[in-house]
Order: sequence, then C-alpha cells, then structure tokens
Amino acid sequence: MKKIRVLIAKPGLDGHDRGAMVVARALRDAGMEVIYTGLRQTPEMVAESALQEDVDAVGLSILSGAHMALVPRILELLREQGQEGVAVLVGGIIPDDDVQPLKSLGVTAIFGPGTRTNEIVDVIQQATSPNDDH
Amino acid sequence: MTITERILEGDRLALARALTQIENQSPQGVDILDELYPHTGKAHILGITGPPGTGKSTLVNRLVLQLRQQSLDPGQPPPRIAVVAVDPSSPFSGGAILGDRIRMRDLAGDRGVFIRSMASRGALGGLARATGAFTQVLDAAGFDLILIETVGAGQAEVDVASAAHTTIVIDAPGLGDDVQANKAGILEIADILVVNKSDLPGAERTLHTLELALHMAQVSFQDGGLAPWETPVLATSALEGDGIGDLAAKVIAHRQYLIDSGEWKARQHVRAQMELRQELLAALWVDLLERAGEDRFELIVDEVAERRISPQQAIERMLEGPQG
Repeated sequence: MKKIRVLIAKPGLDGHDRGAMVVARALRDAGMEVIYTGLRQTPEMVAESALQEDVDAVGLSILSGAHMALVPRILELLREQGQEGVAVLVGGIIPDDDVQPLKSLGVTAIFGPGTRTNEIVDVIQQATSPNDDH
Repeated sequence: MTITERILEGDRLALARALTQIENQSPQGVDILDELYPHTGKAHILGITGPPGTGKSTLVNRLVLQLRQQSLDPGQPPPRIAVVAVDPSSPFSGGAILGDRIRMRDLAGDRGVFIRSMASRGALGGLARATGAFTQVLDAAGFDLILIETVGAGQAEVDVASAAHTTIVIDAPGLGDDVQANKAGILEIADILVVNKSDLPGAERTLHTLELALHMAQVSFQDGGLAPWETPVLATSALEGDGIGDLAAKVIAHRQYLIDSGEWKARQHVRAQMELRQELLAALWVDLLERAGEDRFELIVDEVAERRISPQQAIERMLEGPQG
C-alpha cells in the first residue's frame, strides 16, 4: 500500500511557519504522510532529510526573499544524491520575475499567497503518480 | 549491484528506498528482507516510549548526541545510530504529520546517524506494523544502535518491549498519582525509567512515587536466580541536558547485562516469536478471506450487525469455509 510522502521544510532564516503548517495539515487530510522539519533548515539539512525519508515530494516555504539562493542549491543537492525524481514545490513570497527561472531549474510548481490548499494537493498527486518508484 | 548489496555497502539512498518498499509491503520489500535477514542480529535495539508530551523526541536528540561520543564496548569507535520515530496516522484520512525531526535538528549533518519517520498506519500497539522489519534492515545496514521512538503511549501500548532489547519509559511530573504508577502496563515494561522535565516543579515527587512502585514490584518478583536487573529511575531534563550522561551509561550497562546474563538471546527469541505471530496472523487472515470469500464475509458481518447470529457463531461459520 503506497502512500505519498512529502517533506515540508522551511529553509533559510524567516520565522513564519504558519503557512507551512496549514499546507502540512491539508496534505495530511488528503491522506499523505507529511514529514515536517520545522524552521531554519539549511539546504543540506533539507536534502539529507529528503533522502533518509525517501519522500516523493519536497515542499519549501520561503518568505525571506532568499529563494534564488536556496532553491537552486537544494535542487542541486537532490540531484547529486540521486533524487532527481523528487518533485520540488515552492510556496511563499516569490516575485513573478523569479517564477520562470525557478521552473526552468526543475521546480514543479510555485504557490503564492491565496493559493487554495486543494490545488496544492492536486498538483502533488499528479506529480507523484502512485506506481512511480522514482 | 542489487539493492541488497548496496544496503550492505552502506548506500543510504538504497537503504531509504528499501525501507519504503518494506513499509508498503511490496513484493520487492519482502525479497529484500529475506536477503538481509542473515545479516541481522548484531544491533542493540532501544525502545523509547511514554505519554505524549513527556519529551521523547527531545530526549532522543540528546541521548543520540551523547552516545555518539561514547563507545558501546571499550576501545571501539562510537556506535552508528539509527532512529525510527513513529507517529500516529489519522484514522480518518490515513494521512499523518510526522514531526519528530523538529526536535532532532542537532543530529543533522552527522553521517553516523540516520533518522526515519514512520506513520503508524492503523497499528495500535504504539508501533507501525513494519517497525520490526525496519530495525532488521537498519541492523543489516550496519547500525550498531537502533532507537525506536513510539507514538505517545498511554497504558497499553507495550509492543515496543518485545521489539527492543532495552526499553526506556519516559514519564514527566504532573501526569498522575501513585495509583497510576501501580497500574499494570507501560511501567512494567521499563528497563530504565526516566522522569524527564526534572526542571519542573513536582519532579521529585514523581521520581519518589515511581521508585516506590518499582520497589514493590521488585520485591514481589524475586525468584532467587542471578542478580536481576534493577530498573533504575533517572531524572533528566532533555531541554537543559541534565542527566543525559547517566542515562547513556545505564543504556550501555543494560546492554552489557543482557549479554552477560544470557537475556540477550532470550529477548531475541521473544522478538522472533512476536514477529512471526504477527506476520502469521496477517497471512492467515488473507488466506481465510480468500478461502471463505470476501462476499461471504460481508454477508456474515451483516448477520452479526442485525443480531441474527452472535459473533461467536459468525466465527464458526467463517472457519467452516465456503460450503457452510
């Protein structure tokens, strides 16, 4: 019986995790297993947690403006350790100009303020087809 | 290289993916377990249980930090340590929020530590069904010490005692009176009892109550053999880091006691028995449903729900097979 496993992490230094928590709760209610890491994660911590937990998707909540530094580094680390099949989603405050560059680096989706949680659930379900063994 | 070979060589990604296969009970997972089984039996398995909010994850964080600076046997390098942290699945959605990593952030970056969060997926004894299998894989992967942190457990979630060599039960001040301490269940499975949050008021009293309850138990179970292990009651403050050195020393002492007294072997036997029983029951259930037919089972359930037959009569009919 396969369950979708998702890592929800807050890389960087901002201390607002309410959004991440709301998303984690919505994913739980959609039947997913959510590994919640808490605040102030380095890219190395996020990648290593994703590996140990063998997640299907990583959700990053970033409100600090450091996304153009943090997200590429996390994608690079995931690739280095053989986890290029893991879907990476970003939520928070991401200016429109940064959306396309992030997507072309491999980010599956970017969710700004006001996103409905069931939209996030749908995107994760589509990005992690149930028989996908990475 | 096969996934089993990669695990034996210490490949962390192979290990993580094997755990997923085993958790999902895929055919590949079953094969991996079969192949790894001969390589198991070396690790010391440490169970950590206690009511919700007593500080289990925080204590695990501190204890692992401490044990990573010590040796299990004199002259040996520090143990490689794996943590399996179990949290409950929602009975409604089947989903889960696994939050034990929040308290274990000090362990990030240490390549000698591997943490895996696990949802209970409907199992009730404080563990998930595949927790025992996880410890086997981690054992084969070369971890010397495996910590199992149970879901926040009340009085009856005692499965961890048969899954572990050493069971630490954590309590905290203010959770109950001395009648609670004398009830059967979780306190009885402790090899080491810890009163965490010793910085809070009431800790002395809790410590004293537990010592008293344990003392009574030890008097009533004396059977005159080898000097039995006396369950110590320790005060810790995982938040402040107090008492962690003593706890680590007791863990190592208990491991030595198990080896010297022959109880290590006895507990391996109990564990094998429990695991086999559990798996056999599950297999028998599948087998029974196949033979009796799922439709027939549903019909019998209806009859019981409508009070036309008793549960006992239903069981007899199910066991009769499809002809009855």
